[in-house]
Amino acid sequence: MRKDISRRTFLASTAASLGALSSLPHEMSRHGPSGTPSSSPLGAPRRPYGDRSPYEKSARYFKPSSTPGTGASRTPLQDLHGIITPSALHFERHHAGVPQIDPRHHELMIHGLVERPLIFTMKDILRLPPVSHIHFLECAGNTASDQLGQPGSDPQMSHGLLSCSEWTGVSLKTLLDQVGPRPKASWLIAEGSDASRLSRSLPLAKALDDVIVAYGQNGEALRPEQGYPLRLIVPGWEGNVNIKWLGRIDLVDQPYMTRDEAAFYTDLVPNGKARMFTFVMEAKSVITRPAGGQHLDGPGFYEIEGMAWSGRGSITRVEVSTDEGKTWRDAELSSLVLPKAVARFRLPWRWDGSELSLQSRCTDDTGYVQPTRDELVSVRGLNGTDHYNGIKAWYVHRDGKVSHV
Amino acid sequence: MCKAPDTSRFVQITAAISFLVASMAASAQAQTRYNVGRAATPAEIRARDISIAPDGTGLPPGRGSVAEGRVVYRNKCASCHGDRGQGIADFPALVGGQGTLTSRTPLQTVGSFWPYATTVWDYIHRAMPYQRPGTLSNGEVYAVTAYILNMNHIIPANAELSEKTLAGVRMPNRDGFVADPRPDVSRSPAGSAHRPTDASRKSRN
Repeated sequence: MRKDISRRTFLASTAASLGALSSLPHEMSRHGPSGTPSSSPLGAPRRPYGDRSPYEKSARYFKPSSTPGTGASRTPLQDLHGIITPSALHFERHHAGVPQIDPRHHELMIHGLVERPLIFTMKDILRLPPVSHIHFLECAGNTASDQLGQPGSDPQMSHGLLSCSEWTGVSLKTLLDQVGPRPKASWLIAEGSDASRLSRSLPLAKALDDVIVAYGQNGEALRPEQGYPLRLIVPGWEGNVNIKWLGRIDLVDQPYMTRDEAAFYTDLVPNGKARMFTFVMEAKSVITRPAGGQHLDGPGFYEIEGMAWSGRGSITRVEVSTDEGKTWRDAELSSLVLPKAVARFRLPWRWDGSELSLQSRCTDDTGYVQPTRDELVSVRGLNGTDHYNGIKAWYVHRDGKVSHV
Repeated sequence: MCKAPDTSRFVQITAAISFLVASMAASAQAQTRYNVGRAATPAEIRARDISIAPDGTGLPPGRGSVAEGRVVYRNKCASCHGDRGQGIADFPALVGGQGTLTSRTPLQTVGSFWPYATTVWDYIHRAMPYQRPGTLSNGEVYAVTAYILNMNHIIPANAELSEKTLAGVRMPNRDGFVADPRPDVSRSPAGSAHRPTDASRKSRN
C-alpha cells in the first residue's frame, strides 16, 4: 500500500514544524528570499498535448526563399541540453515540400530482386519486432560555409544541420528477411512519397547491417517534416540517404545513379573529378557554450560544453584548446556515449579576461582524429562543399563577446 | 550516339563500395518469417515502379525529339530555368559549365557534370515540373530531355530519343567520378598531421 500524502499537506506540515522549531518570523515563512510571495495563484489546467513554457523561444532558423518547400532549417544547438534534439527543433531539409500523409493509406512496397515482393501497411509494420536506437542525423552540407572561409556566426548557423534522436521502428533486415533478397541483389533503391519521389541507392550490405525503417522519434510518431509516417534511418551516413516518407524499396544489382547521387551530394576535388557515394559523416565536434553570439560576464569560471559525433562509430576522446591550438586538454565525456550518436563533452575553465580562441577536436573508436580546416582544404580544395568536418574555433574578446571571427 | 553504355568507371566505384561494406554483411543473423504484409501483384509493381537504371533498365516505351522538346520546355520549364536553361535565382542552370570543373567557380550542370542521360530522364519524370511533378507524359519527358541535351551540345538538333537510345548517349563527364577515398585526412592521436596510406585506409573500414 502506497501512502498518498498530497504535496500541499506535506508542505503545510513541514512549514508548521519548521516554524515551531526555529521560531521563524511570520514574514520569513511566507516570503521567498527576494521578498516575493511564496504562494502562487492557481495554475493552468491539464491539457492533452504539452507545449513548452511561453518563456522558451528557441527556434529553427531558415532563410525565406522563392521555394519554401525546398531548402533547410537549422537546429539551435547552443540552446540544447543533453544529447537528444527535441523533435520540434530537429533540422529540416526538403526537396519538394512536406507531404501530409494519412497513415491509414500509406504503404511500403518492397520488390525487385526478391523472392516474394510484398506490400506492408503501417499496421503491418507495427506488428513486427521494434528496435530503438539513438543516432545523429547530419546533412552532408553541414558547415559548408566554414569550409568556404565564411564561418557560421553561432553553433546554429555553423553546425545546425545536425540533430540527434531516439529512432524506433523495424530493422530493415527484418523487412528484407520477409521478401527474401535474391543472390544477385547488391543494392537497393529507397524512394520517398514526397512530390519529388526523392530516391537514393544504398548498398545492400549497409541495409542488412544497421538501417532502421522508423516510425517513431523520441517516443512519439515521426513529425511530418521528419518523414511521417515512415522513414529510413541510415546510421552515420549523410542525411539525404535517410529517405523520408518511405514508400518503396527496389532491390537491384547496381546503383541507379539518381540525381542526388550522380549530380548532387558528390564532392568535386581540385583535379575536376568528383567523389561519388561519399556516404559516411566523419568525426566532428563543436563547442556550443561559450560560442559565437554569446557573452561572458567578466573573468572567472565557465564550463566549456559541446557536442561530438562520428558516422564511423563512438566518440572516444574530445580535446579542447584555449590557446590557438598550441596545447590541448582532455574534456570529460558526459551523459551517454553511443555509436553514431551525439556525445556531450565538458571542461571546467577559468577565463582570465584575455583574448583567445576556443577549439575542440574529437577522436572516434577507429582512431580517426578530427582534422583542421587547412588539412582538409589542402586535400579537397574549395569546390566540393559537402562532408566538411574541420575543427571549429570561437574567439573570445576582451569585452566578453564571443564571435566566429 | 547509340553505342553501349560505358560502365567501366562505374563498375570500379561500385566494386570499391562493395568491398568497403562487405564486412558488415558477414554477420548475417538468422532469418525469421512473420507472414506479415501482402503479396505485391505484378500490376501493383508496374504501377508504382519508376526506377530507371543507368543502362536504361526500366525506361518505358516512348519517343521525343529535340524540336518537340523545345515546345515542352518553353511551356513548362522556361519560367523557372530561363529561356536558355541558364537558371533563375533558386532554380539551377541546366546548361553550360563545360570546362569549368577545375576552375575556382565550377558550374555543375546537366551538360558539364551529370554522368548519365538516364538520370536526366528519371529526375524530370519523377520530380519536374517543380510545381506539378508527374504531369508530363513519357513522350514529353523524352522530348524535353532531348532538348536539354541539345542545348548542351551533346546531341544534334535533329535528334530524337527513345527507350532504346537514351542510355547510349555519352555524357561529357561520364568518367568524371571517383570512389570515396576517405579517410583522406587524419592526424594520429599523438599529434602530427598525416595522410593515411592505402593500407591504413582499408584497415579502418
